[in-house]
Amino acid sequence: MSVTAKPAIAAPARDAIETPAVPSHQLAAFTVMLVVLVAAPFFVYPVFLMKALCFALFACAFNLLIGYVGLLSFGHAAFLGSAGYASAHAAKVWGFPPELAILFGTLAAGALGAIIGALTIRSRGIYFANITLAFAQMIFFFSLQAKFTGGEDGIQAVPRGMLLGVLDLRQTYTMYFVVLAVFIIGFLVVYRSIHSPFGQVLKAIRENEPRATSLGYQPEHYKLIAFVISATLSGTAGATKAIVFQLASLTDVHWTMSGEVVLMTLLGGMGTVFGPVVGAFLVISLEHYLAQLGSWLTIVQGLIFVVCVLTFRRGVIGELGRLLKKPL
Amino acid sequence: MTVTRVLVLAVALLAAAAPVHAQISDGVIKLGIMNDQSGTYADISGPGSTVAARLAVEDFGAAKKGMKVEIVVADHQNKPDIGSSIARQWFDAEKVDAIVDVPTSSVALAINQITRDKGKAFLVSGAAASDLTGKACSPNTIHWTYDTWALANGTGSAVVKTGGDTWFFLTADYAFGHALERDTEAVVVKSGGKVVGKVRHPFPTADFSSFLLQAQASKAKIIGLANAGADTINAIKQGADFGIVRGGQQFAGLLVFISDVHALSLERAQGLVLTEAFYWDLNERTRAWSKRFAAQHHGAMPTMVQAGVYSAVLHYLKAVEALKSDDGTKVIAKMKDMPTDDPLFGKGTVRADGRKLHPMYLFEVKKPAESKGAWDYYTVRATIPVEQAFRPLDQSDCPLVKK
Amino acid sequence: MTVFGIPAQALFGQLLIGLINGAFYAMLSLGLSVIFGLLNIINFAHGAQYMMGAFVAYFALQWAGLGYWPSLLIAPVVVGLFGVLLERTMLKRLYHLDHLYGLLLTFGVALVVQGLFRNEFGSSGLPYAAPPQLTGGYNLGFMFLPTYRAWVVVFSLVVCLGTWYVIERTKLGAYLRAATENPTLVQAFGIDVPRMITLTYGFGVALAALAGVLAAPIYQVNPLMGADLIIVVFAVVVIGGLGSIMGSIVTGFGLGVVEGFTKVFYPEASNTVIFVIMALVLLVRPSGLFGRTA
Repeated sequence: MSVTAKPAIAAPARDAIETPAVPSHQLAAFTVMLVVLVAAPFFVYPVFLMKALCFALFACAFNLLIGYVGLLSFGHAAFLGSAGYASAHAAKVWGFPPELAILFGTLAAGALGAIIGALTIRSRGIYFANITLAFAQMIFFFSLQAKFTGGEDGIQAVPRGMLLGVLDLRQTYTMYFVVLAVFIIGFLVVYRSIHSPFGQVLKAIRENEPRATSLGYQPEHYKLIAFVISATLSGTAGATKAIVFQLASLTDVHWTMSGEVVLMTLLGGMGTVFGPVVGAFLVISLEHYLAQLGSWLTIVQGLIFVVCVLTFRRGVIGELGRLLKKPL
Repeated sequence: MTVTRVLVLAVALLAAAAPVHAQISDGVIKLGIMNDQSGTYADISGPGSTVAARLAVEDFGAAKKGMKVEIVVADHQNKPDIGSSIARQWFDAEKVDAIVDVPTSSVALAINQITRDKGKAFLVSGAAASDLTGKACSPNTIHWTYDTWALANGTGSAVVKTGGDTWFFLTADYAFGHALERDTEAVVVKSGGKVVGKVRHPFPTADFSSFLLQAQASKAKIIGLANAGADTINAIKQGADFGIVRGGQQFAGLLVFISDVHALSLERAQGLVLTEAFYWDLNERTRAWSKRFAAQHHGAMPTMVQAGVYSAVLHYLKAVEALKSDDGTKVIAKMKDMPTDDPLFGKGTVRADGRKLHPMYLFEVKKPAESKGAWDYYTVRATIPVEQAFRPLDQSDCPLVKK
Repeated sequence: MTVFGIPAQALFGQLLIGLINGAFYAMLSLGLSVIFGLLNIINFAHGAQYMMGAFVAYFALQWAGLGYWPSLLIAPVVVGLFGVLLERTMLKRLYHLDHLYGLLLTFGVALVVQGLFRNEFGSSGLPYAAPPQLTGGYNLGFMFLPTYRAWVVVFSLVVCLGTWYVIERTKLGAYLRAATENPTLVQAFGIDVPRMITLTYGFGVALAALAGVLAAPIYQVNPLMGADLIIVVFAVVVIGGLGSIMGSIVTGFGLGVVEGFTKVFYPEASNTVIFVIMALVLLVRPSGLFGRTA
């Protein structure tokens, strides 16, 4: 590695950071996850699985911000929902094929993330949570008022279309494997963001921001990049969900959706690699089974929050990782 | 005879010889009651709709006829995404044949599309959007109980005719509210009235004081409430605080159910004018049925939505019996062929665009002194005959209707 | 005389209405501010506790025949005790952690409480009448002002200013403020700091419950009455400055008036204008209008 002649304060010694190789247990866990997800649609109702996968991606994206940067955003629904509206509109009104519609949704969320991120990244803690909530509420209001979003009806009858002109996404299994592919790609992007020099700097900033600054890093830039990645991938999740369910609705921009993703990440394990995935599947399953018991769902969700915060802060995967003494 | 004719004859004979047994999918007629079980519309539809559906199955005599009917229930929480998830699951994985009820227009519209895609049946009782028999009409859907056009027409024209000719609208700011406002404004203007002002409030709103002040300042004779559920209740309740009725103005509830009046109490709701398709105390037959219903529904009288569920399920089962099949598209077509008859709505028909036809009623809420007891809330101000109650076919933009 | 096309009389009417709403915002954000300012706890359960206050008043009437005036005392005490229990059993364990855990815990508590009430009572709302002494109203010429609403403004002002006075100008308040700054030192002086913290949380919760009783005759008593209100109140507290008592009071009333005017000129936005203001304020003054920097 070449060492620059300038002093360390002016030029961060990026080259000197080495990222450890992918740990074998994480590779094993990833393989298990992949195998399970490939086999699952033949045993479990695929539409349910697709919903869980979209939320798993959303939770992974959210986890990047809370688990690795330490910022609790209470407004992430803005990215999920607006990407959903963007991709639904593109597919239904402009006739985009699904892959372009999802891409469009993703980019829309990314752009929104860049704007909101630039405005909010200087805040911290409860202020950050509040200001992200404020912007999310404004997005909600816009979604409610704008003609193209359809207000309470949402954008309905979104066509699934033909992927790349070849794959008919109205076939459930085809759609499933496309969603799985999107999820895996998103998951790997998150993983690569964390396990990279970029991720190491984020870790340094989280541990001791003044020290990181003194080493020449500009924490604001790194945090903003992480925020934008998080927003963009949340957008991918939202855009894909709109195509799968052929619907983009206000639920996805409502502030309680922001609360749900916090629940998924907390339950699964903040700051773990697989935690958000497990958390998302658990919460979606819970919703599915308790949906018919009225408010019991809300009660159980509240109880999970309480129990997790009091005694189970590491979440399912976090505790599992602690048992195995290896980070998952 | 040519070879072709012989073959045709042979096939026809073979077909005629095939055993004629019921082609009911998996031998079970499965009905899915989907509505709001515990939220804003729980009292309007909710668990009561299930009671109504069961009564229909009982009165139809399914057991005696050897037909197996199953009912499943789900809560869509007034959200289109939850509703469409449940609908897909029901149709794909749980072999449900027909979905019934579904209040909240946004959910109904979503399910309307899914039912059409999958060739099943959809009997809407709870939702209001007249688009369901308009541009969103479908050969798989029947809109049973009421719609925004009927409400607007009923309340709007009747109120103007009885002197309420200046209107101020208090509208919930979402698609349903806008539609209701638009339809009612058209009727008011056509009947010779005038709209002197309107204000849109966010949905939902807890505090109407500011909007009510504006309504008072407009000096309109009638304050039209183009909203529903908690919004309507709050607006009326707070209107009483601000002396709206004492000041000489009157509320017209464009979508009010008897359960709302019950929640408000007669003190607050007295004088309110509204249109409904059913009232438990209309005649002997409705009274008898409603008492049976109330016995299974903790003493609460049925709303028109719940009554509609009974009527729709009864007619559906008759159609399935006649057709010997529960194929969605075919059953809906049969339901349009057969005239309807039940103790709640009397005799009626289902139109080509999926609109069920029956008379509507203009009610006025009684003063507390006029009421003889719980649920004795309405006086009939007018009966709107079938020919006038619903949007005429020639005004419809339903693609199924040949012009 | 018209202002932007609205007659001045109507505008005064809206101003008055805005003050009434502002009174609720002020009382609720006061409770939140007290809890955060003195305890560094973000009490997301505040909306649910407000709702519980209204329900206690409803139950007191239904089961014990106790009317409005006794409820003004009973509800805060009962719900305050619930708050004390909550603090003793759960919140206590989180003080050494990041404040955001407190937020997540109270968020969970809010979900549980709201869910339980919803299960029992549905969400159509239950009626609660204003006491006979406060029915009727005054014809002010430009509007008819219900007596009850006038009472709400007056009573909230008294409570808010009274609380401010106790915290900022009395010895007890001084102890509380000192205890937040440096609990160990204050404890060394022989003051039971944990108990003070518990009682302060209870007091903040009691304020929320009191607001609930005040609200019961105006809004329907329903399990979700605090749910959408809580995020608005958060915005108010943040704009005023987390921890500034006077800030919450002033901002609460002020934002009520702003919202009232919005309802006249652009009603659809009235639910959102507070968030726009919050975003603007946070961008310009990150600690809020009256807040001290964290």
